[in-house]
Amino acid sequence: MELIGLHAKKIMEGCKERARDAGLSFSNETLEYIVTNRDLLELSPKGMIPTMYDYWVHDVEVLKEKGRYELYPGNPYETVINTRPPISFYNDNNPDWLNVMIFYHVLAHVDFFQNNAFFKNTWDYDFLGRALSEKRIIAKLRAEKGRWVDYVIEFTRGVDNLVGYHRELAQLNSHKPDRDQRTLDYYFDVFLQSVKKARISEYLKEVERYNRFQKTYGNQGTETFFLQVKKEHPEFEALLERHLKAKPVRRMDLIEYLMEKSDFLNKEENRWMKSVMEVVRNTALFFAPQIRTKIMNEGWASFWHETLYMADDRIKGHEVDFARVNANVTALPRVGLNPYALGMRLFRYIEEMADKGKLAYAFERLSNTRQRDAFDTGLQAGREMIFWVRENFSDFMFINTFLDQDFMTKNDLFVAGRRLNEEKMVWEYYIKSKKATDYRAMLKGSLYHPPAVTVDPEKTKDGSLYLIHRFEGKALVSEYIPNTMLGIEFLWGGPVNLETQEPLFDAPSTHSPLDPAPGAATKEAATSEIKWQRILYTMKDRKLTKKTL
Amino acid sequence: MGIYSSYDLSVLQDMQAPQYTYTTGMRSLEELLDRDRQREKDGFPRKIRIGRLMKPGKGQKGKVVVVPTTVEEKFIHDPTIRPPGEEGASGGSGEGEEGDVIGEEPVRGGTPAGAGPGEGEGAEHEIESDAYDLGKILTEKFELPNLKDKGKKRSLTRYTYDLTDRHRGFGQVLDKKATLRRILRTNRELGNIPDWEDMDPTRFLISPDDLVYRILSPEKDFESQAVVFFLRDYSGSMGGKATDAVVTQHVLIYSWLLYQYARQVESRFILHDTEAKEVEDFYTYYNSQVAGGTKVASAYRFVNEIIRKENLAADYNIYVFHGTDGDDWDTGGKETLPELKTLLTHVNRMGISIAEHAPSVTHNTEMERYLKQSGFLEEKSGLIRLDVMEESAGEARLIEGIKTLISP
Repeated sequence: MELIGLHAKKIMEGCKERARDAGLSFSNETLEYIVTNRDLLELSPKGMIPTMYDYWVHDVEVLKEKGRYELYPGNPYETVINTRPPISFYNDNNPDWLNVMIFYHVLAHVDFFQNNAFFKNTWDYDFLGRALSEKRIIAKLRAEKGRWVDYVIEFTRGVDNLVGYHRELAQLNSHKPDRDQRTLDYYFDVFLQSVKKARISEYLKEVERYNRFQKTYGNQGTETFFLQVKKEHPEFEALLERHLKAKPVRRMDLIEYLMEKSDFLNKEENRWMKSVMEVVRNTALFFAPQIRTKIMNEGWASFWHETLYMADDRIKGHEVDFARVNANVTALPRVGLNPYALGMRLFRYIEEMADKGKLAYAFERLSNTRQRDAFDTGLQAGREMIFWVRENFSDFMFINTFLDQDFMTKNDLFVAGRRLNEEKMVWEYYIKSKKATDYRAMLKGSLYHPPAVTVDPEKTKDGSLYLIHRFEGKALVSEYIPNTMLGIEFLWGGPVNLETQEPLFDAPSTHSPLDPAPGAATKEAATSEIKWQRILYTMKDRKLTKKTL
Repeated sequence: MGIYSSYDLSVLQDMQAPQYTYTTGMRSLEELLDRDRQREKDGFPRKIRIGRLMKPGKGQKGKVVVVPTTVEEKFIHDPTIRPPGEEGASGGSGEGEEGDVIGEEPVRGGTPAGAGPGEGEGAEHEIESDAYDLGKILTEKFELPNLKDKGKKRSLTRYTYDLTDRHRGFGQVLDKKATLRRILRTNRELGNIPDWEDMDPTRFLISPDDLVYRILSPEKDFESQAVVFFLRDYSGSMGGKATDAVVTQHVLIYSWLLYQYARQVESRFILHDTEAKEVEDFYTYYNSQVAGGTKVASAYRFVNEIIRKENLAADYNIYVFHGTDGDDWDTGGKETLPELKTLLTHVNRMGISIAEHAPSVTHNTEMERYLKQSGFLEEKSGLIRLDVMEESAGEARLIEGIKTLISP
């Protein structure tokens, strides 16, 4: 692994200039490395972060089972990593014209990393350097504690997908409300609703009254309003003071909860485990934004490599070569999902819509196709719009907001279904739906989405941890439950309960749909709803029991 | 094809996911299985599964490769549970109306090669027969004796990554010392430091180029723990069967080391007649032949020299295997024995094999005689072993010999 040569570096610098002129913003310095297949062998298990801590599972081929990305949200063969300065990896023998394309793609990724709000938690430090120091911490601990370090890594990684990434993000973005705001919140959100148990009509009357005060007294409105309130409810002031003084309950994710509350971890001789857990948690947080912006990030990078490449005067004569490679990257597959293609088209679509001023109520109200097509206010706000989207959206928001029926029709998109044709003994792929709602649902269903498993502080008592899986219509993979809970039990140092839901099958089918036995899924049987039942798993002394609630 | 299955390196640069080769699997297999056994002792369920990966080979036969696999269990949603009759849906694009069939796929057959456990079972095992396999078979029989923890040392084959390379202008971590040095140099060249005794740092000019940073660099990993010297007499008298016997024995030891301690053992090959020299690889070691006299002392002196110069004793477990026909011009071992004595202070084990030319004669090659007289074999039996065999010894006898040489 070595830095790219001066010639290629010069090309990169040229790309940076052009990308900047087009509006992308990224740090001046970047490091580009040539990687060989040998390097990849070492790098890919570590999410392309060369300095990641050592862990034996990295040396083992990992089973490519269902939901692999749900288990390993790191990016196994990514070209750019989100470090300071950003690092990118290249094949040794890329021709110059190809490098130009890749460099643009890379720069757009860097721009995305450094500007998209979901990456805010990664902006203030260099992960590569931090990973190295964390790797040293772990190596040092391993020298002292031996294999127990690996157990702690393993068990913490078992729950590292439950990290409170969104909460961390919210904290970074939160503004501390001032006293007036908090008084107001308390009065309307807590006092009226929980203390006074006001009826809706009374509540609305209060809102109205508040607005009237605002109108009448202007700046003094809030103050005057609360003077009134205090007169009417003498107890309000005392309750408010108590509320304001109370420490806000810190919501903790499972790892944090274990670190803070586990008696086992807080024993003097076990404290070192918490450093290991912290490392695992940090690493998971670092990868969290990446997996939640895959479509946008690849779409954004593809959008720009295409746009900038075609405008680059240095590559004249290689348009055809480029077209071939670019088509490979950004063609919509007949069946399947391509984040590059989908994201790029959606960005182009948004740009076009905003250019024509279509992202407006006036356009939405139109139902006549011809009028919709012809609609153009000449707003020309496309570029501005897509930059705003890349700054503020994640995959879910991106799809949910912009993927509409016009986009579906424009790109001939559909939901592809698969069914068994018993006569011919073949799987048939067919066009199941061309509706945007169905397509969106299908897409959302395949987005990375870890289950919400949280600690129930009230039911956690007598040294026994109580976890609740907030049910979203999907069961947990049951074969993974025992070992995951075993790990939590170890870290918690006592029994662990998990409340979840499981489908009630007449005869449980064990076949994976990827490898179905003939006849298993053939019956066009009553498409009855799944019946769910609440289950309580208990892990105690490394033994798992299960009961229906 | 899902959203998360494509990555820049493969999509843009056509770099394929690295293949775990037979040997990478082998490297860690024993260690992994040990770890797994330990897990059980610690009261946790085993985690490693041995998958057999089918690799398409010549003709109809696929090659079966052993791959350790595992899975990291977590709480994740199970996508396979859905109402009966509902099949997995994916995205698609192109022409067609709702309900149109756009493609077919046979239900059976065409299962892609995967690393699933047990996959490829029942197929004929056609595993390459190379040093690794030989070593693997031998492994069940041997173990390096007296292996001590001597700290970690350079390995030639594994890399680790660190932030040590220097890069001017920008990088991951500012190297303050190097930066200061550069600033001083710049300012000296600019004549900005009139008096070295009384510097005024506030007047220093700092060019952006003076900032020295640390950037990512591949480092050789530190992990090997042993060095093995193979010594062979290649004098004139060694011609023919004696060489065969000695070399075959060393091949066996070498294969086994390669397998068992792959990448943790360095091997050095030394040939001697009246002079000793080091050769680069096993191939040369195996094939060289000269017509000269024999001075065993030269070889031992040479090894002592290497150990001293490279300070090997401090960090390595040292093993020496010496193969000879027992001839030595140094009657009575006047030169050899002192060298041997020194050598024995460094080594964890020394194994001498003598391939005798005349089997019927009662063991009395020069070397054997003086070795026995020296008393080392009894006094330091933990450190030195002698195996005397006929030069026409078969493989079974050779393996017996190795056992003698390395038994604890």
